[in-house]
Formats: sequence, C-alpha cells, structure tokens
Amino acid sequence: MSHIWTMIAKRLALGVVTLFVVSLIIFLGTELLPGDFAQEILGQAATPETVAALREQLGLNDPMHVRYANWLGDILQGDLGESLANGQSVSDLIGRRLGNTLALAGYAAAIAVPLSLMLGILAALFRNSVFDRAANASALTSISFPEFFVAYILIFFLAGAGGMFPSMSNFRPDADFADFLYRAFLPALTLTLVVTAHMMRMTRAAIINLLASPYIEMARLKGMSPMRIIVRHALPNALAPIINVIALNLAYLITGVVVVEVVFVYPGLGQLMVDSVAARDMPVVQGVALVFAAAYVLLNLTADVLATLSNPRLVHRR
Amino acid sequence: MTETRDVLLTMKGLRIEGRADETWTEIVKGIDLTLHKGEVLGLIGESGAGKSTIGLAAMGFARDGCRISGGEITFDGIDLRAASEEDRRHLRGHRIAYVAQSAAASFNPAHRLIDQYAEAPVRHQVMSRAEAERDAVDLYRRMQLPNPDEIGFRYPHQVSGGQLQRAMTAMAMACRPDLIIFDEPTTALDVTTQIEVLAAIRDIVDQFDTAAIYITHDLAVVAQMADRIKVLLKGEEVEEADTRTMLTAPREAYTKSLWAVRSFARPEQAPVGGGTPVVSVRTVTAAYGSVDVLHDVSFDVHARRTVAVVGESGSGKSTTARVITGLLPPRRGEILFNGTALPPDYRKRSRDQLRQAQMIYQMADTALNPKLRIRDLIGRPAQMYLGLQGKRLDTRIRELLSLIELEPDDYIDRLPSELSGGQKQRIGIARALAAEPQFIICDEVTSALDQLVAEGILKLLDKLQGEFDLAYMFITHDLATVRAIADEVVVMKDGRVVEQGPKTQMFRPPHDPYTELLLSSVPEMDPDWLTGVLGKRRASG
Amino acid sequence: MGFLTGLFWLFATIAAALAAGWLFRAAAIAASPQGLAREFRTMPLTASFGLLMILIYILVAIFAPALAPFSETEIVGREYMPWDAVHLLGTDNLGRDMLSRLIYGARNTVGIAFATTALAFVAGSVLGLLAAVVGGWLDQLLSRAVDVLMAIPALIFALLLLTIVGTSILNMILVIALIDSTRVYRLARAVAMNIVVMDYVEAAKLRGEGTWRLITREILPNAMAPLVAEFGLRFCFVFLTISALSFLGLGIQPPTADWGSMVRDNATLISFGDITPLLPAGAIALLTVSVNFVVDWQLHRASGLKE
Repeated sequence: MSHIWTMIAKRLALGVVTLFVVSLIIFLGTELLPGDFAQEILGQAATPETVAALREQLGLNDPMHVRYANWLGDILQGDLGESLANGQSVSDLIGRRLGNTLALAGYAAAIAVPLSLMLGILAALFRNSVFDRAANASALTSISFPEFFVAYILIFFLAGAGGMFPSMSNFRPDADFADFLYRAFLPALTLTLVVTAHMMRMTRAAIINLLASPYIEMARLKGMSPMRIIVRHALPNALAPIINVIALNLAYLITGVVVVEVVFVYPGLGQLMVDSVAARDMPVVQGVALVFAAAYVLLNLTADVLATLSNPRLVHRR
Repeated sequence: MTETRDVLLTMKGLRIEGRADETWTEIVKGIDLTLHKGEVLGLIGESGAGKSTIGLAAMGFARDGCRISGGEITFDGIDLRAASEEDRRHLRGHRIAYVAQSAAASFNPAHRLIDQYAEAPVRHQVMSRAEAERDAVDLYRRMQLPNPDEIGFRYPHQVSGGQLQRAMTAMAMACRPDLIIFDEPTTALDVTTQIEVLAAIRDIVDQFDTAAIYITHDLAVVAQMADRIKVLLKGEEVEEADTRTMLTAPREAYTKSLWAVRSFARPEQAPVGGGTPVVSVRTVTAAYGSVDVLHDVSFDVHARRTVAVVGESGSGKSTTARVITGLLPPRRGEILFNGTALPPDYRKRSRDQLRQAQMIYQMADTALNPKLRIRDLIGRPAQMYLGLQGKRLDTRIRELLSLIELEPDDYIDRLPSELSGGQKQRIGIARALAAEPQFIICDEVTSALDQLVAEGILKLLDKLQGEFDLAYMFITHDLATVRAIADEVVVMKDGRVVEQGPKTQMFRPPHDPYTELLLSSVPEMDPDWLTGVLGKRRASG
Repeated sequence: MGFLTGLFWLFATIAAALAAGWLFRAAAIAASPQGLAREFRTMPLTASFGLLMILIYILVAIFAPALAPFSETEIVGREYMPWDAVHLLGTDNLGRDMLSRLIYGARNTVGIAFATTALAFVAGSVLGLLAAVVGGWLDQLLSRAVDVLMAIPALIFALLLLTIVGTSILNMILVIALIDSTRVYRLARAVAMNIVVMDYVEAAKLRGEGTWRLITREILPNAMAPLVAEFGLRFCFVFLTISALSFLGLGIQPPTADWGSMVRDNATLISFGDITPLLPAGAIALLTVSVNFVVDWQLHRASGLKE
C-alpha cells in the first residue's frame, strides 16, 4: 500500500507548487498594472510628494522579489491587504462573503450531483430509447444556454408578478436554514440546471464507453441482469472519469456562481469580484482570484486522489 | 461412441444478420449443427467465417448490431429463440458457459477473481457464497493454477495471461454447465503457455464430461481438442466429419487447401556476393531507461538470405529491429551495413543509408496512413529517394503494383480502407520495394492474416527476394513461418540469443533446452500429439 | 397560469424546430450531389435544425445593414417603448431600436467570438501538434505552462487579466484566446499523441521526412475530425464567456450592439413581465444549441465509424 501514499504525496506536492505559481501570476498582475499603484489610490489630484510618501509606506520601492516575499508572507498569515476603494481589510471582505458563495454552490451540488448520476445511469441503461434521446437533447440544450438566460427564464416564470419565489436573494445574515433554502432556491436551481446536463452526459458516456468491453459481454454471457451489469460491472470501472466530471463541474459551479450572483444580487464572492474588477480594485481582485484558484486546485487534487484510489491497478500492484 | 448419447444442442437452418451502413447483411447463412452430451465439436474457419457468431448463438445471444434472423436453436429441449430473455439469461453462465479469447480483457479489472467466480453460482442460486469459494479453490487446483488457495484473491492484472485463461475456464465450470463455448481460448498466448492451457482445458472437460464447442482458426489445436470438426467458410458449412477422418481424408477443395498451407517450404538459398554480410549486428546491448532488454546480440544477414528471428513475447526480437533501424540507439555494440558502421541514431543517418534498410510492419492497418491514396503511399519513397517525378513516377508506381500482383488501374487511386488485409500488406511490401533497398525487416508480417492469405504473402516475398537479391530479417513467433521461408534461424529468449544456425540444422536435435521446449510446444496435426508430448515431458521431468 | 403557457410555448417551439429541421434536411438532400446527400440522409433532425440556424445567423451577420430598419446606435424614440408597427420589438433603455441592435449584435458578438476562437485554435493546435511531434523539452515546457494556466478557473482568470490590461475589445479577444488556447493545446496534443505512435508515422520518420511534412501529411489529416468538433465546442465556450463578460459589463463596450450587454441593460423589464430582454439571451442560446447539435452529430458519426 505504501506506493499509493507516495503517489498521493507527490500529487499533493504538485498541488502546492501549482498554488505557488498561481500566486506568482496573480502577484505579477499588480506589477504589470499600467500606471502607478500609489497614484491609482490617491487619484490624479495628489501631489508628487504624497504619492512618493505612499510608495514608501506601501513598500513599492523595494525590489520585486522582496515585495513578493512580503506579500506571500502576509497571505500565509491571512492578511490579503486593503481595498483601494474603501480601505477595508480584504480578508474581512472575503470572509464575510465566502460562506454565502460556498453555501450556494453546496446547495446546487447537493441537488445536481445525485440527480445527474441517476439520470446518467438511467440514460445508459435505456440507451437509444426515447427517454435517452430526450434527455440527451435537453441536456445539450441546457449546456448551451448562458447562465443569465436560464436565470432570467426562471425569474420570468417563477418569480416576478405573483411568482412563488423571490428574484432577489437579499437575505439577512440571521436568517434560519429554511429561509435560506427558500430565498436561494432560484440561484441554486439555475446552477443545478447548468451543471446537471453536463454531468449527466459525461456519466452516460463514461458508462456506455465501457459497455463495449469484453468483460461486459462476459457478464452478459454469465446471465447477469442489465441493472447488475451497469451497477456492478460498468460503474466501478467508470468511477475515475465520473469523479473527474464531478470535480470539473463543482469547479465550474464556483465560477458559474459569478454570473448567477450578479443576476440574483446574491451577496457572494462573485459579486464582490465583479464590482472590484469594474473599479480596478486590485487587492480585492487578487484576493478573490486567489481564493477561487485555491478552491479549484483543491477540487482537482481531491478528484485525482479519489480516482487513483478507485483504480485497483494502482492500489494493488502486481 | 457419440451415437448412443442424448442430443444436447441442435441448430437448424440458423441465419444471423449483421448491420453495416444501415442495412442488414447475412453473416451466417443456414447452419445445421448437432451436439451430443459430453461431446466436443470443433468449429474452424478463417476470419469472417462466422464461427464466434455461431458459438454465441448457441447461448441464444447475438452481439449488438447482430440479430438471429432465421432457423431453430434447441438446447436440451428448450427452444432458445422462443424462450423469454429472462429464461435465456437463466441458462447463460448456469447451463451454458463461455470462455473468451482474451481472458485479460474479459475479466472485470475492478473485482477479484474469486468474486467473479462466485457471481454466477450465487446469482443463479446454485450454491452459497461460501460453497462457491471452496469450490473455486478446488477447481483452481484441478486447473493446475499455482497457489490455488490464494490466487482467487488477486485482481486480474496481478495474474499472467496463461493463468487467467485457466481461471476463466474454472469460472465457466463453476455451475457445472452442460455446455461450454470456447472461443479461441489460446490464440493470444505464446506457444509454450498454450500447450499447458490446452492440456488443462482438455482434462477438465473430460473430468466433468462437459459438452463443448471449440472455436479456433488453428487446425493443429482443434485436432487435439475435438471429437468432430466442422469447417466453415463465409457463414456456410464446408464439411463436417470426425476428427481423424477430417485430418486424413478431407473431401472438399477448400479444406484441402487449408491443410496444404502448412506444407509450404522453400529450399535453402545459397548466399550471393562475397563474404561481407549486408547487415551485421555486432554485440548489441540495448536498454529502455535503465533496464537492459538486449544482451550481447550478434548475427549476420547476407544478400538473398532470410534470417528468421524467433522468440516469444518479451524475447527482444522487435527491440533488435528497433536497434537496427536506429529508433533505439544501443548502449554497446554496433550495426554494420556492407561492412561500414551505421550511425546509431536514425536521425544521424544519410538519406541513402535510410533508403537501404526498409521495414514491413505486422499491422498493415496502422502502417499505412489511412488518409493517403495508394499512389502517394507507394510513390513517396520513389519520389524522395530516387527523385522520380510526373510521368516517370506514375510508371514506377504502376510497375510496383504489378510486382505485388495488384492490377495498377484498379488500385492506384484507392484508399487503404478500400483494401482487404492481405492487399494492405502487399502495399506495405510495395512501399518498402519503392526505396529499392538491399535489406528489409519483416516484423510478424503474416501473423495478423488468415493462413491462405499469409501463404500468398510469403510466396510473394520469396519471389521478390530472388528477383532483387534482397536480404530479409524475418521476425516471427510462428515456427511454421520459419520452416516455410528461413535460411537461418536465430532463437531469442529474455533479450539473449540462445541458439543460431542454418534452418536445416535447427530442426534437428540436439538443441538448447529452450529451443527444444519451443519446438516441442508447436501443435501438430496429429490428434495424439498433445497426449504424446505431455507423456514425454512427464517421463523426463 | 404562467407555468402552463410556458409549457405550451416550449412544446410549440420544439415542434416548430423539428419541422424546420425536417424541411431543411429534405431540401439539403434534394439540392446536394449523391455522396453528400447520403450524409444528410442519416442526419438527425436536431443536427439539421442546427445547420439551418447556423446558416441563418451567418446570413444575418453578413447582411445586417440591409436587414436592420435603423442604425445600430441611433436613438429613435423614448426609452423602453413597447412593441409596435415601426419598432417591431420596441426600444431599449436609451431609446434605440431593439430589433436593429439585435440584428447588428449577430455581427458583433458572433464575429468577435469567431475571431477569438480562430486565434485560440490556431495557437493551441499548432503548439499542441508541435509538442507531440517534437517531444522532449519543448513538450515539457509547453505542457507544464499549460498545466499552470489551467489551474486557474477560466472566467476568474479572464476577470483578473482584464483588470490588469483594462477592458477593451482587443484586450478581451487576446485574453480569452490565450485562456482557451490552453484547452485546445491539451486536446490537439492528446489527439496527436495517439497518432504519433502509429506505425505509419514511424515509417515516415525512418524514411527521413522532416517535422513540417510529418505534421501536415501524416498527422493533421488524421487529426482533423476531432479538431473540427473541438472548434465547434470551443466556439460555444468562447461565445458564452464573451457573453457572460459583456453581461457583467466587462466585455464588449457600448455603444456597440452586443447581446450580452443588451440583456444587462434591459434586465429590469423582466420583473415587469416583458420578455424583450430575453430575446438577445435567447439569440445566444439558440446559436450555441445549434452548434452543439451539429458537433454532437459529427462526434457521433466519427465514433460510429470506428466500431
């Protein structure tokens, strides 16, 4: 078994390296920013003296690698700097909204993952049937829709005048769980619709790919039932691709959240990022991008490790 | 002896259709078949004969894209075509079992062998899980698997090919079926492994008095296993008789031609030119990464002579070819061409050096670019090496097509996908000839082809050698091919040359022990061969 | 009530789409030569509908000035005028003609997305093929770089880069092309890797063929089918990303007519039960659906032929 842990350790190390490089890219972003960072903060009216003073204060005169080391050190201690727009601590800004975004993504994932796995398996089982064709065509259709289109259609039919659900998720922080589920229903449903289709199609494809294998024919020739063949013989071998698809879509949920949050005015990270990009509030953009990237790397890492563990060829060596 | 037994399986006028391009074409055209209890029937034929399809139909099963369109299939009084899918499902794996060609692909990689063994008996409610596990160990022992107590707890990838094939036969026996379909169970194995698996299969079928349909393209193999043989061609029966009659006195011309293939052999060629070999492999040691896969390999190939390099998978024969062509520069040693050392890496060789050594591949399918026409495939070397253009190039391409016995006007503008397997291989030969080389490496060029087609290719290569004084290096695992075409033989095992010399000497003892084992493992057309060899081995070992 | 009418419209649309697909297929079979007609005959209705729609979009984009009743930027009336005989789809938040902007949007949004995809595609596939053929350090360098770029989610990366370089059409094209070329690179390399191990490529190498000829004669013709399908899929991704950016106000800038920003500018109407702002969103959706339908058919055909 020890080789599998070495393999996982290597993968983890690679993940850390990736995050490090990502942080470097994000840091270099500030460096490449046209114009003077201190000037940007103070505005055009500032005198050269005050700008110089701020540069000194921000450490902008230090060489680049020193600044990067300081910046990285601060991040590791949880300090992401201050917003240019309102001087608030970026860590606080992110901290307040991260929970909301994760809750929304989790809400959508809790519906989408089981639903799409079930639909994918059923479509594989009844492949080429009317159900399969309809499921496929509608999946293809919903993959093709921009998130805001799905969102507005839902708003149009389910919210608006006399609708059942609120179109704005302006919930209070002290709201209870049931209230959250109710108010965040439309954004969660939008995200669900967008990712379910993709996951379902990939699950179906992963299983059907395997159905041509000789060992599936062998199972049929052993007189096994179609359901057992799918669940016991195809599914375990399709785990690795399915895990990857789930990870990919969870990662997609995190980014898809940006648009959906804007449509529903949902107080999450995506909303914060969009506002900051418009205002070119670099420290906030950096912070949010770093958090998103970290989540993304972490998800892919988890998927990799799980896929490795699901492969008997890798777990049980000769 | 079979006449007194009850009939187990009958097929009457069986017709099966396969779908291609949205239309159904018949691939089995009215087959009658009778099998008695405890009897073994051999189905033989070349690819496209419909043997596997008929075997599967005996289980009431048709692959996706195929359908049983006519006739009757009766198993032990049950009409398999009229029975419900549920009833048929209950027969499969329970009363009729199946052993597939590639055990490595037919075991589910996600489950242990014993779990897969127990699946059929438990699901068909023949025995409990605990009983099935005890029974598995017993059958593994009877199949002479090493460590029968623990081998079942391994995953398929942890077990060798020959052992997997035996484990699959044990699995087929799990419910003690009345009938087992063996679909080319030893085709993917090396000869020395094949003989052990054949012996184990024959023993267990005898012990449980199971009826079997044994499907293969290899006459010598079916001679050891079957009581009766049915010869098939393109979905139709050619003839059927008991094994001894069929081997000694076949009635039909097609059967006779199949039998005759094995007797093709050409006389040894005298070397031409001086004493300098065209290609000389000198003490070559080569490695993949840090592992040496070739050790101190040396041999010569002379003009107009064929050197057969023989060995089982992993013996290093293809690696030797890679060293000669320059794809794998050796760690030590060198390749001489007409007495001059070649640069080890092909990228360092001159155009003329590249031209002189050509290669023909095993799989003509992957050796020809599917998007290029025959004209471009054959024309490119002539254009590149010899500078032929326009009219002269066209004339040369037509000449080459005539040489490989394909009608130029008919073939020059075809794509590879519009050719049969044998024709593709001929194009491969023409491409090599187009460079006007002195030396050609033939890498298992006939092993993917049917026997009659393969014989045609060998005869063509023989003719071309005489015409152009070519030196051949023939890589093969098949001793029948060696017998047919070689002048000299190099036997390899684990990256070393264990024996080499003229063919006439090779087929006469005394031998290196490995050569002996290799030679004695090649099945012969004598039904008593397997019993004889095993008896001899037991007596000496 | 709203739900039932929605359902009715859904089914009506599907029926109309299938009918259009059927008619188009019949026309295509009749109008094309033998070999092509056979391809069309096996084409599913969804793909036929997709092809028809793509054709219509291309025509609208080319002939936009002739088709649009008003200019792209001209203010022709009050804000948010309802649908009437002159302004068939009413006016937008600044009083510009909605239909005209919708028509010009085909030109701007689709054109920009197409240019971006083409750029990403050329860069990604050339580098991918080169990495597969040359191998060694070049492959290592490119592949590791792509790994890192792909470790950042696409939309977030685009937002980050746009903050750095500022929002303009050219910047957006370059940024999205860069991000998407990494995905194209991965696919092109993977496809080429499968071809490079083929014996016919080995034979060509041993013949002494150069890298350029290896790529153009031996590899590219055999990689074409998956690459073309990938182009379709990439186009959808790029198109959706650009629309999303424009919707967020960070993409194509006013006054250029663009579908994403048109949704954003007029979104308020939706709460009042007016579907006009959904039209540009629907235009985006319809084109991506159509491309996906055609790609799906092609992929299915390619995999079907292999068996």
